[in-house]
Amino acid sequence: MSLLELTALELGRAIKAGEVSAPEATQAALEAIEAKNRENNAFITVLNERAMEEAEAVQRKISAGELTGPLAGVPLAIKDNICTRGVKTSCASKIMGDFAPPYDATLTEKIRAMGGVVLGKLNMDEFAMGSTTETSYYGSTKNPWDLGRVPGGSSGGAAAAVAARECWYAIGSDTGGSIRQPASYCGVTGMKPTYGTVSRYGLIAYASSLDQIGPLARTAEDCAAILDGIQGKDPRDSTSLDAPSGTLLAHLSGDLTGMRIGVPVDCFGEGLDSQVSERVLSVARTFRDRGAQVEECSLPIMEYVVPTYYIIATAEASSNLSRFDGVKYGWRAEDYTDLTDLYNRTRTEGFGSEVKRRILLGTFVLSTGYYDAYYRKALQVKAVIKEAFDRAFRKYDLLLMPVAPTTAPRLGESLSNPLQMYLSDIYTVSVNLAGLPGISLPCGLDSAGLPVGAQLVGPVLGEQKVLNAAHAYQQSTDYHTLIPAQQGGVR
Amino acid sequence: MDWEIVIGLETHVELATRTKIFCSCTTAFGGAPNTHCCPICTGMPGTLPVMNKRVLEYAAKACLALNCEVTRYCKFDRKNYFYPDLPKAYQISQLYLPIGRNGKVPIRVGQEEKIIRIHELHMEEDAGKLVHDNWIDQTRADYNRCGVPLIEIVTEPDFRSADEVIAYLEKLRSTLEYLGVSDCKMQEGSLRCDVNLSVRPMGSSELGTRTEMKNLNSFKAIARAIRYEARRQQERIEMDHKKVVQETRRWDENKDASFSMRSKENAQDYRYFPEPDIPPMELSEDYLAELRSGLPEMAQARQARYVREFGLPAYDAELLTETRALADFFEATVALGAPPKEVSNWMMAELLRTLKEKSMEAKDMALTPKTLAAIIQMVSEGKLNRSTASQVFSAVFDDDTDPAAYVEAHGLEQISDAGLVEETVKGVLAANAAQVAEYRSGKQKVFGFLVGQCMRALKGKADPKVVNRTLREQLDR
Repeated sequence: MSLLELTALELGRAIKAGEVSAPEATQAALEAIEAKNRENNAFITVLNERAMEEAEAVQRKISAGELTGPLAGVPLAIKDNICTRGVKTSCASKIMGDFAPPYDATLTEKIRAMGGVVLGKLNMDEFAMGSTTETSYYGSTKNPWDLGRVPGGSSGGAAAAVAARECWYAIGSDTGGSIRQPASYCGVTGMKPTYGTVSRYGLIAYASSLDQIGPLARTAEDCAAILDGIQGKDPRDSTSLDAPSGTLLAHLSGDLTGMRIGVPVDCFGEGLDSQVSERVLSVARTFRDRGAQVEECSLPIMEYVVPTYYIIATAEASSNLSRFDGVKYGWRAEDYTDLTDLYNRTRTEGFGSEVKRRILLGTFVLSTGYYDAYYRKALQVKAVIKEAFDRAFRKYDLLLMPVAPTTAPRLGESLSNPLQMYLSDIYTVSVNLAGLPGISLPCGLDSAGLPVGAQLVGPVLGEQKVLNAAHAYQQSTDYHTLIPAQQGGVR
Repeated sequence: MDWEIVIGLETHVELATRTKIFCSCTTAFGGAPNTHCCPICTGMPGTLPVMNKRVLEYAAKACLALNCEVTRYCKFDRKNYFYPDLPKAYQISQLYLPIGRNGKVPIRVGQEEKIIRIHELHMEEDAGKLVHDNWIDQTRADYNRCGVPLIEIVTEPDFRSADEVIAYLEKLRSTLEYLGVSDCKMQEGSLRCDVNLSVRPMGSSELGTRTEMKNLNSFKAIARAIRYEARRQQERIEMDHKKVVQETRRWDENKDASFSMRSKENAQDYRYFPEPDIPPMELSEDYLAELRSGLPEMAQARQARYVREFGLPAYDAELLTETRALADFFEATVALGAPPKEVSNWMMAELLRTLKEKSMEAKDMALTPKTLAAIIQMVSEGKLNRSTASQVFSAVFDDDTDPAAYVEAHGLEQISDAGLVEETVKGVLAANAAQVAEYRSGKQKVFGFLVGQCMRALKGKADPKVVNRTLREQLDR
């Protein structure tokens, strides 16, 4: 089997055993990227030399016994909205120019402490706004399962790179489904942990109260190991939680005996593709076979989640993106006549249309006279949504839901109808609004051979339960091991 | 027609924390441009603010001292606007749940006492500064001040004259200085004031249209700006028969006039919303009780006590309590055993004069209470005469040198040898026979001249009383 087909943990063990070195693994990944990036455009920046140097330094530490973690030496890639010192961090936007931050995100520091070797920076929707990775200034990423289709978004580069076996795992961010939905479209395992468990310091904000960093990998087990390394209270992020961390992998268990899993009927109604529905419900049967109690339940909030999300997220985005004004860093328009003109031209020419649409929407909902009707109301509904989940989790350990209503759409299909695209976020955004952990698991292919994802949602800080159930499912199934046809796998 | 002036104030005060409100950069004034900043206070992408707990403490103390209700669950909000001195394009401030509300500040103008109501007190971050370089015709941004913690204190429209405004600001400055939460230096911009002013016919209960004046950099400028603006509004209504336009005006101290900056129609919509990066702050009853019990005795209370306990005149007590550093210095010197009235005299005469000459503030001086107490003691023990003591004070002021050592090193100890004084006096009389004759013929005025001659011969070190007595004995013999 090729080195690239190993899981992250398998590679970590092989490196630890001396069967393969970090530089060898890095070399293999860089070659795969070289071969595939031209067609799938998963990477914005590839760090050829720098990655090799890092790999050698990491290998020295592994050999010296200074790095002993399960993922030491395993190469990965990072979404391009997470700061990497001295390396261009673009948010896939023209307005960022060649901005290379003089600081690392906490995430990046943690990755280095784990012995991770950063291969490069991954493509995404501009400023993480989008569900297809088509809004990137650097061109859209293509789905490795069908290059005519989108990989999902906004962490589309991350999902595609993991699916195409260009790296063993990737770090993405999820504001309304941006890890889980591309994971679903690309047939990989992607997890958004509880809000506050991974520091946001150095994650370039889209919607601060919803943004959360998380892993995309081959297996739930890999996700557990990655989260062990990247979670933890950060004095630089006051919204980060002081929760126990570092024990998810050690406590990972496939035993579902006594676990209560609710399946909200509200998520399986109109708008959900029948094949997707069928695959997701098949997950429920697997859980039942493994000893879990699975039953239908109610989550009567689905009609409110999309509008609530788009009001809160765009309001925060309109403020967060104001700093990109051409004054201090990044790209600046030429030929401006005065300060206002500098602002107007830079932002008009520097942002793409989806970003501008959301800034306008967010500016509108915060304006005098509209604040109460939109933003304040949305905050109230957010509390109601949280309460609905709290009620469900008094009865169930986990909820099983779809990730997206369909499998990956064709390139160019979605952006023409943004409202339709927003509605497709219906199963993921509520999890962000309630700050909960959620995972997307490959659960089979549709008739077109495209991956379908199932979503498991847990209560606040319920990462262990989510991962245990996902791990149990992956012990019983092999959908997560499928490799896209282009990579010489199925089909 | 008689007009009444109605004024409300918005005062920004920089808090004297060592570090900024959301990062660990220094708050020190000055510094080369962009040397007191970091990725956080310059709002670089991905960075996050973390609240400086000391800011919360200082703001809460200010609330308590200004008799505000303290908001037990308070939050920050974002105030959004574009300007190059604001690198995030939003200011982290408080709109919905400010830390303090409904305060009361008693002031006195002449014999009249009055309460000024505080509408709210909130915390926020300062912005940077734009510096225009005329040489290269460029505007440059200096972010050193970005993120310096501020409190903004907003009053109700309770002022009716410039004198009331000044009395309030002096009270505010004294209170915050006593609390140790700000050094309130207007010249360094650590206390800045916007004046909201309207006029109305005397007796009317309706408020007129107000203007807001900015860029007021001294108490003097504030008083002048108020008088100017009140007259401008009255003349506009009475003579031009026009309405006052609601607008923001900039005071130009050099031109002694205010100029329109922007009208209400062009007012910005700040699109405030709750700051998602900073969790709400809860102030427990215990925490507030602890702060309350730690509040220092304020100027007014100290004045009363100095009159009562030390028998000082009210005038002395007022001057000595002008700043906390001065009052603390006074009390510490008295605590070392120096007679209060004597300490007061020294401070009012020598210390305040020296500070004024050197344009210094009491809190910045090196001189310690121990040194002043030692000088006073040497005088009372007859080791120094008053004028030599004054010379010693000036000499030790800058470095807080030990006065006894200085006196010894410079041979300034008072001459207590009666024989030497008598000898010297005799010598002076012998050398000035003409003046002696004048004196004896009834010209008493010449006595002063002879005293001077004796003191000079004794190098100023004799006790003037002894010289006087001896001289008179010799002359009247």
